[in-house]
Amino acid sequence: MQKFYSEILQIAGDVITVEAENVSYKELAEIKTRTGISLAQVIRLEDKKVYLQVFAGSRGVSTNDKVRFLKKPMQVSCSENLLGRIFDGNGSPRDGGPALTDNMFDVGGPSVNPAKRIVPKNMIRTGIPMIDVFNSLVESQKLPIFSIAGEPYNQLLARIAMQAEVDMIILGGMGLKHDDYLFFRDTLEEHGALSRSVLFIHTASDPTVECLLVPDMCLAVAEKFALEGKKVLVLLTDMTNFSDSLKEIAITMEQIPSNRGYPGDLYSQLASRYEKAVDFEDAGSITVLAVTTMPGDDVTHPVPDNTGYITEGQFYLRGGRIEPFGSLSRLKQQVNGDTRSDHRAIMDRMIQLFADYRESIEKKSMGFQMSAWDEKLLKYGKRFENELMSLAVNIPLEEALDLGWKILSDIFDPTETGMKESLIAEYWPKK
Amino acid sequence: MKADLRKGKVVGVNGNMVAVEFEDNVMQNEVAYINVGDEKLKAEVIRVKGKRTDLQVFEDTVGIKVGDIAEFTGELLSVELGPGLLGKVYDGLQNPLNRLAEKYGFFLKRGAYLDALEEGEEWEFTPTVKIGDKLFAGEKVGTVPEKIFEHRIMVPFKLQGQWEIVEISPKGKYTVDKVVAKIKNEEGRTSDVTMLQKWPVKVPIEAYSKKLKPVDPLVTKIRIIDTLVPVAIGGTFCTPGPFGAGKTVLQHLLSRHAEVDIVIVAACGERAGEVVEILEEFPELIDPKTGKSLMERTIIICNTSSMPVAARESSVYTGATLAEYYRQMGLNVFLLADSTSRWAQAMREMSGRLEEIPGEEAFPAYLESRIASFYERAGLVKLRDGSKGSLTIGGAVSPAGGNFEEPVTQATLKVVGAFHGLSRDRANARKYPSIDPLDSWSKYTSFIESDKVANAVAILRKSQSVGQMMKVVGEEGISNEEFVEFLKGEFFDAVYLQQNAFDKIDEATTSDRQKYMFAIMDEIIEKKFKFTSKDIARRFFQELRQSFITFNTLEFDSDEFKKRESEIRKKLSDA
Ligand SMILES: Nc1ncnc2c1ncn2[C@@H]1O[C@H](COP(=O)(O)OP(=O)(O)OP(=O)(O)O)[C@@H](O)[C@H]1O
Ligand SMILES: [Mg+2]
Repeated sequence: MQKFYSEILQIAGDVITVEAENVSYKELAEIKTRTGISLAQVIRLEDKKVYLQVFAGSRGVSTNDKVRFLKKPMQVSCSENLLGRIFDGNGSPRDGGPALTDNMFDVGGPSVNPAKRIVPKNMIRTGIPMIDVFNSLVESQKLPIFSIAGEPYNQLLARIAMQAEVDMIILGGMGLKHDDYLFFRDTLEEHGALSRSVLFIHTASDPTVECLLVPDMCLAVAEKFALEGKKVLVLLTDMTNFSDSLKEIAITMEQIPSNRGYPGDLYSQLASRYEKAVDFEDAGSITVLAVTTMPGDDVTHPVPDNTGYITEGQFYLRGGRIEPFGSLSRLKQQVNGDTRSDHRAIMDRMIQLFADYRESIEKKSMGFQMSAWDEKLLKYGKRFENELMSLAVNIPLEEALDLGWKILSDIFDPTETGMKESLIAEYWPKK
Repeated sequence: MKADLRKGKVVGVNGNMVAVEFEDNVMQNEVAYINVGDEKLKAEVIRVKGKRTDLQVFEDTVGIKVGDIAEFTGELLSVELGPGLLGKVYDGLQNPLNRLAEKYGFFLKRGAYLDALEEGEEWEFTPTVKIGDKLFAGEKVGTVPEKIFEHRIMVPFKLQGQWEIVEISPKGKYTVDKVVAKIKNEEGRTSDVTMLQKWPVKVPIEAYSKKLKPVDPLVTKIRIIDTLVPVAIGGTFCTPGPFGAGKTVLQHLLSRHAEVDIVIVAACGERAGEVVEILEEFPELIDPKTGKSLMERTIIICNTSSMPVAARESSVYTGATLAEYYRQMGLNVFLLADSTSRWAQAMREMSGRLEEIPGEEAFPAYLESRIASFYERAGLVKLRDGSKGSLTIGGAVSPAGGNFEEPVTQATLKVVGAFHGLSRDRANARKYPSIDPLDSWSKYTSFIESDKVANAVAILRKSQSVGQMMKVVGEEGISNEEFVEFLKGEFFDAVYLQQNAFDKIDEATTSDRQKYMFAIMDEIIEKKFKFTSKDIARRFFQELRQSFITFNTLEFDSDEFKKRESEIRKKLSDA
């Protein structure tokens, strides 16, 4: 017989305190309020006092509501039955289907022994030159899209997901706009991908803290499938909302903030999620693509900043394009040495020249005379932007490399490119 | 574990901090275990208040209940020292990750701990002392071959005063727990010497006769470092830089190419994938000095970002302790910690839970002293037998927002001998290594003549200021001479300071080659060019750069190298 506790000592923010015995750290509880049943989790124990974070928020919780401890941490179901299903931030069905109860296991499990990881070696082709040529995406990579609000980041996420060759897609929405939720669902459906997808959707209209469980559920499910040999792609949008919920709880718990109100363990919290990206030896893999919106377009804001220190690069989305500067795939060198012998050189030199182009633009805007070299750079930059940077471009890697050589040879002499001579001999287009 | 352990009861859990009410007594920093079901979770006493103590738990604390039992061991957090450490991969508490993987599979099992040195492994011991010899702590009683080194078996570091050998084992194979010598001090107290000794990680090993000033340059084979901002053998340096600027790549390059005997890589709170790259690469890479795999001279301490936070702090200390141990053998040891900021953050998290009064950015007030005492563990030492050993420490720093005006960077800069500041702009422009040549500094001396280096730095400075000027007045606003200086600086940067980490030859430049190449650079910097227009000048340097990029990828002194050199020289004399 389960015991109820019906004396709530304190309600502050979304944290309530009860007196209870035999409760374990991080255990789940249910609170029955006038408006329904809400899930809560133990976040601190202090003698008999138990602090619970209420996922649906504390609004409407009254001091005589009943709390029941569930004797287990957060769990999620994992079986083939999950495929094609849509759940909310607590793991309850959002699609009218049955609740899942089979094969339940704990979320937020232990981390993979580094000795059991393998160096990832497979490129994920996206057809986007700014990714394939300049910052190749690699299976098992963890990579965020840094973006300001209003950029088409969800469209980019969906496009990569549709084009990537993976066995499964898991979408975690945190504070997702309802329209975006429908966009993802419809896109998956149109491409016939819904039947190999699982969605955990917390929308902007749901209680904010409820999004805290989303990454853990997504990644726990992904881990189970990856262990069974599946290549899983996890999409998380938007991790800034997740971080803001962490901040809310930390402030309620009167933790001393480290930076702009965010808790000192923000790095560890984010890392423990992102580090779930993995390539298992003799099994599948988890690739994580996330969205991190940057408040005020500021990368030094704690959320993008900490994220950058954790992930294996980042794509900056600005003006509807992936910015060449700052965008980085740190795993690219694992794969771009085996694609084509000119891949690395094209990648390096075209970006360096593009940097020079930006300088020339600056000079020009200040009214300086353009040298012959500046004029060449201006021409180059325009073509680079239109033919390679635009997200409308959808061509395979090899075609994009050829296009790179074409642009270079249309504008520059071989020596001006600074390319190694052997490459010029092999790839410089013959006129 | 002993049966008479002192016990206590859990009274609170807050993240990885657990409060325990104890019965008899506890000791600051002693190790305790918390019993959760059938798991025992390792923890360390970090504060005592009345009958309550706060423990930092080195594991996930999920499932701990008020009333759970804690057991105190009376031992400080320690590591095992002995033959068999080289080539191993440990977590921050010195658990061997490979054997954990064999035993438990893909995931790190909570509460699973294994001995650092393999039980039952036998080592060929050769005594180097005879009965009656008198020794101090840290002096050797014998040696065993470990990989390519002669591993010294030493009088335990904790023993004070002089000790006389009363028994010594003959040459033969022994396991690390076998007594190989018995010793007696002046008061007649006897002690056993085994090949294994334990040492508390937070206490430096100081069983040497004195600490010397580090002067000799440590050849890292990274040109910008060796030439402009050198590191000394036994010195310290730090590498702060925003995310993605190249700290880890640089540390990996150093760990592969630096001319030292032993490298200890402490991956502290960073990505697991980066460690895996080392694990996969190192066994395949051959150390040119020894002809053996690089793994034979390397130890990896790996406490990556998703592993328990408290063990992050211990991981840098574990690394330093193992490093000091090998230094005691007269070896040059290099400890690379990536990233010290994660260790500082772990301290901050714990300090916050202890509700200590926070300093800047919520870091604890003792941040500076902790950082200082960590780098203090580096040093060139003279051992009692007259030989020298060294420990060089390099720490990556990950400043919030890439801003060096933050507590960890600032505290580190106060104590290190060299500062290799990575620049976001250089990294964005793919100018690697992205060490800022003008902001960075070193208190050590290079193996390249200092007045020549000063010349090179002057041209870089000049080049930068002309570059700035051009932004204001345009190319037409500066003289041809100034423009050439601008080009010289850019050229020196592009072909000498920048180095291609992905080219087999260019990634590492020996000191001989550096001296040779720098002499050519010096000639070019000194040369008076007479170009009739800026476009011609630019063109000349573009071509020269082109030539050098290939030159850098040719094997030193090979025929191709010589051929290219004479082409370059011709081009120069024609100009
Ligand atoms: N010397 C180099 N040559 C070529 N590319 C480099 C070099 N250094 C860094 N890079 C590029 O920059 C990326 C990031 O480098 P690295 O991982 O060393 O950054 P970091 O400073 O350690 O970042 P973080 O603080 O996030 O760990 C690399 O994956 C690589 O693509
Ligand atoms: Mg790094």
